[in-house]
Amino acid sequence: MSPILLIVFLPLAAAVIAGLSNKAFGSVLPKALTTGALFVSCALSWPIFIQYLHGAEQTVVPVLNWMTSGTLQVEWALRVDSLTAVMLVVITSVSALVHLYSWGYMSEDPDQPRFFAYLSLFTFAMLMLVTADNLVQMFFGWEGVGLASYLLIGFWFRKPSANAAAIKAFVVNRVGDLGFMLGIFGTYLVFGTVSINEILAAAPNMHGSTIGFLWFRADTMTVLCLLLFLGAMGKSAQLGLHTWLPDAMEGPTPVSALIHAATMVTAGVFMVCRLSPMFETSPVAMGVVTFVGAATCLFAATVGLVQTDIKRVIAYSTCSQLGYMFFAAGVGAYGAAMFHLFTHAFFKALLFLGAGSVIHAMHHEQDMRFYGGLRKHIPLTFWTMMFGTLAITGVGIPAVFGNPTAFGFAGFHSKDAIIEAAWAAGVPSAFWVGVFVALLTSFYSWRVVFLTFYGTPRWAGSEHIQHAVHDAHGHHDHGEVHDNAPAQEDAGHAPTAHEILHDQPHEGTAGYHPHESPWAMLVPLILLSIGAIAAGFVFHGFFIEAEEGAHFWNGAIAFDAHLMHAMHGVPLWVKLSATIAMLLGFGGAWYAYIKRPSFAGAVADNFRVLYTFLLNKWYFDELYNFLFVRPAFAIGRLFWKAGDEGTIDRFGPNGIARLVQLGSVGTARLQSGYLYTYAFIMLIGLTAALTWVIAG
Amino acid sequence: MIGVTHYLVVSAILFTLGVLGIFMNRKNLIVILMAIELILLAVNLNLVAFSAALGDLVGQVFAMFVLTVAAGEAAIGLAILVIYFRSRGTISVDDVNRMKG
Repeated sequence: MSPILLIVFLPLAAAVIAGLSNKAFGSVLPKALTTGALFVSCALSWPIFIQYLHGAEQTVVPVLNWMTSGTLQVEWALRVDSLTAVMLVVITSVSALVHLYSWGYMSEDPDQPRFFAYLSLFTFAMLMLVTADNLVQMFFGWEGVGLASYLLIGFWFRKPSANAAAIKAFVVNRVGDLGFMLGIFGTYLVFGTVSINEILAAAPNMHGSTIGFLWFRADTMTVLCLLLFLGAMGKSAQLGLHTWLPDAMEGPTPVSALIHAATMVTAGVFMVCRLSPMFETSPVAMGVVTFVGAATCLFAATVGLVQTDIKRVIAYSTCSQLGYMFFAAGVGAYGAAMFHLFTHAFFKALLFLGAGSVIHAMHHEQDMRFYGGLRKHIPLTFWTMMFGTLAITGVGIPAVFGNPTAFGFAGFHSKDAIIEAAWAAGVPSAFWVGVFVALLTSFYSWRVVFLTFYGTPRWAGSEHIQHAVHDAHGHHDHGEVHDNAPAQEDAGHAPTAHEILHDQPHEGTAGYHPHESPWAMLVPLILLSIGAIAAGFVFHGFFIEAEEGAHFWNGAIAFDAHLMHAMHGVPLWVKLSATIAMLLGFGGAWYAYIKRPSFAGAVADNFRVLYTFLLNKWYFDELYNFLFVRPAFAIGRLFWKAGDEGTIDRFGPNGIARLVQLGSVGTARLQSGYLYTYAFIMLIGLTAALTWVIAG
Repeated sequence: MIGVTHYLVVSAILFTLGVLGIFMNRKNLIVILMAIELILLAVNLNLVAFSAALGDLVGQVFAMFVLTVAAGEAAIGLAILVIYFRSRGTISVDDVNRMKG
């Protein structure tokens, strides 16, 4: 049996057993089963990855024939090449660690088997997506992860905000999925097949042909690529379809780490890379990918600067990093995009799980304004978060001034590669956005660290902390106090500018003692830290060096060795720019949050309009509310009230019912019981009959 | 052209209305008397219509008799009514059964 079958189907089997047993085996057995399955998958994935590091060929493991209808033939097959192998290790590693982490984080939850079943189901769907041999199978995985994401965001279904966020994620993703579906239909129409290999082989020949789309004729490949990219935008929360991602933080933190940071949201990047030979044939589509990626990158980073909820900051950071990946793909540096995806999975999962650990320690308080001074109390969490931050901000020593090889944390290698690739590919606008966002990234990442771990404790202002203190550390009665954990993680409301500027947080600890998280949570943090430190340095050769990369990718993506080569030839200041931006961001954060803590508030006061604009996330939610949600509700209400109730119900069921009622009331009146009534009726009948006979 | 059928239909309608007046009326004895008149007139109309249609004067003579009888019936009925109202102070139909011995 091929190991890839085990890798993919073990999580499914575990999910089915854990999910259907429904607490019949208690909670430990389903947890152990799903976690065990994931660790086995993970252990089997790494050897495959290592094989591909040594340049193995693409393999396809057929499973079964899915459907055959006319010329449409859809096989169910697991395709493994170096691109899939990268995703395999990312998915299974992060998923296994998140399963382990959830033992600690979710230990007080009454519905643990359900949670673990969903996690494993998600992993299966994600693996299905990345091993897809054809577009239909990929769509199956695509929808599967969407479903699992919906279920997990709404895991605490007694919380209305969690339900709303789950529905929002689902609905916004439908918009992208429509594009993806149209893309698949169009691809089948043009190429007559859905097999990825055949499509990619035939794509270059279609260059320059046109297709009738809507009311005009357009370049075939541009139309197809843009439709497919719309799907990628939805899944990867790119500007325009990003609104669901911050709200998705309503889900439990391990979910945020697994789905909304490391794996599912990168599916769009994966798809663009998988179909990169297609995208290569359309310069317009590539331009759109670059533009959308850069815009998202900038947008999300600016919003991330001012958010106060620790998970939301990291969520916007994710959105921004996804933007990096897209504009890397857009300029043709697919290797760099995948490299950033790979390193990002480690350090962003680390940051999320670290944030979860902080939230755990602070009794479910998520607002950073009520943190501070946590460094000494939860040292392991602090250090792992520190590594995550060093990785995301891209701390490292560039290969300049005679330094032969660059050396640094994971994000240093991948982000610098993207920024240099943008310059080398001759897209200076994307380059400048990339550099500027590197500064912003550094600022908001250090802001999280400084607000959380440094300074003086500001815990007294937090309702959660006060609740915990007054509860006399009554941590054990959690089960009955918060059934379905409603008090956990209310990331719901964005505080108004007024609250933040003038509501001075209370200083002091309020007598609360944060506790370090259990080992089940710390071990994943430590393991991910290793990834965050080393993933960039160890693997950068395979992903982005010209010769090694061509050997590693081996045709799995449209690897541009010339571009990768040109990256080394960029001017000195280009190489240094990202690092300088990073240092500036760090310095700014240090000045604003350590040196002069009043500085941030003063800046916000002086640039009130800008600050409010950013705090409200560029008013995207309000805009969509106005443009789509309220008209949709209005149309719905029209059809409901006027169409359904007013017309169909009124003249249909209700009308007939009322007619029968009236008839029966009239008939009942005739049935009076008086002889003369009947005699009269008979007379009328007789008269009518006679009249009819005589006159008719 | 107005034929015998039209007369018959009108008379049938009048007859039915008269019966309706008797059956549906629970209030007033006078209305019952009026309804009886209406029925007799409907019958008269029939007799006259057939008489004219068949060219036979017997029908019209018969109608004259009916009118006479109707007048007598109305006179007696109204007389009873007046007496009844004097002794009981009501002409409600529902109370009339108290006239039983």
